[in-house]
Amino acid sequence: MELSNIEKLLERYFEATTTVAEEEILRAYFTKEEVPLHLKKYAYMFQYFSVAREEKFTMQVPLRPRNKRYIKWISIAAVSILIFGMYFGRSYQERKEAEYAYQETKKALSLLAANLGKGTEKVAYLKEFEETKQKIYNNN
Amino acid sequence: MQQTEFLNVVLPFKDKLYRLAKRLLVSKEEAEDATQEILMKLWSKNNMMEGYNNVEAYAMMMTKNFCLDRLKSKQAGNLKLVHSNYKDENVSLQNQVEVGDSLGWIEKIMEELPEQQKMVLQLRDVEEYEFEEIAKLLDMNATAVRVTLSRARKTVREKLVKKHNYGIK
Repeated sequence: MELSNIEKLLERYFEATTTVAEEEILRAYFTKEEVPLHLKKYAYMFQYFSVAREEKFTMQVPLRPRNKRYIKWISIAAVSILIFGMYFGRSYQERKEAEYAYQETKKALSLLAANLGKGTEKVAYLKEFEETKQKIYNNN
Repeated sequence: MQQTEFLNVVLPFKDKLYRLAKRLLVSKEEAEDATQEILMKLWSKNNMMEGYNNVEAYAMMMTKNFCLDRLKSKQAGNLKLVHSNYKDENVSLQNQVEVGDSLGWIEKIMEELPEQQKMVLQLRDVEEYEFEEIAKLLDMNATAVRVTLSRARKTVREKLVKKHNYGIK
């Protein structure tokens, strides 16, 4: 790049009217080539910016905290599911038991009813006996 | 988002966050703490992060605000006394002793700039952001960014010339 061009660019650089691409040209010029003495101070500036750009963040970031919270929520969910399960499981079992008792009672009652029927049948004979008894009684 | 995925998103710009933090806070340790804090904040907001189309700009904004708050707080009152880390950062240029010295000068000159100018210069000349991006980040208009940048560059030049003349004459 010609010196006059560089000087023009520099002028615009200090007025902050250069584009990123033009500043890239300046940077390339000042970091690679030997520069005339009167431009040396600009070379320092551009070299400094290039060096500053290389600085790295080397620390490790501990990203654990969120995971811990995650586990906490999972355990809360698990415990609540367990409690709900126990509660609903028990009521379900109770219902089953009640149903069984109902069936048994029904069976017992129907047995009773059947036997009662048999009883009344037998009582009918008693009537026959009574009639016969009356007949005999009347004849005498 | 998983941890590795998060690190991949953050990886391209975490150094930029650090450099901005260091520019503002000067001390290397402070800047590292700040960067760590910002990354952890981002991580904890992780689910929301997918909503931001430009995570980098968002993170830079967070860093800027965090550092400015830090500077305002009393905690940072003696911040300027604790750092002593200009030279060891210029490792790649340490072989050029006299150049390294001048680069150290520039770093010191930049420390003396007002915060606004520091940030604009950092974002433009180091990170090569466009004016619009800087304007959005710093909540200024593009013209104001230009004026600030021009002023910052000229100040650096002037002070550099002054320091050099001291050395030579």
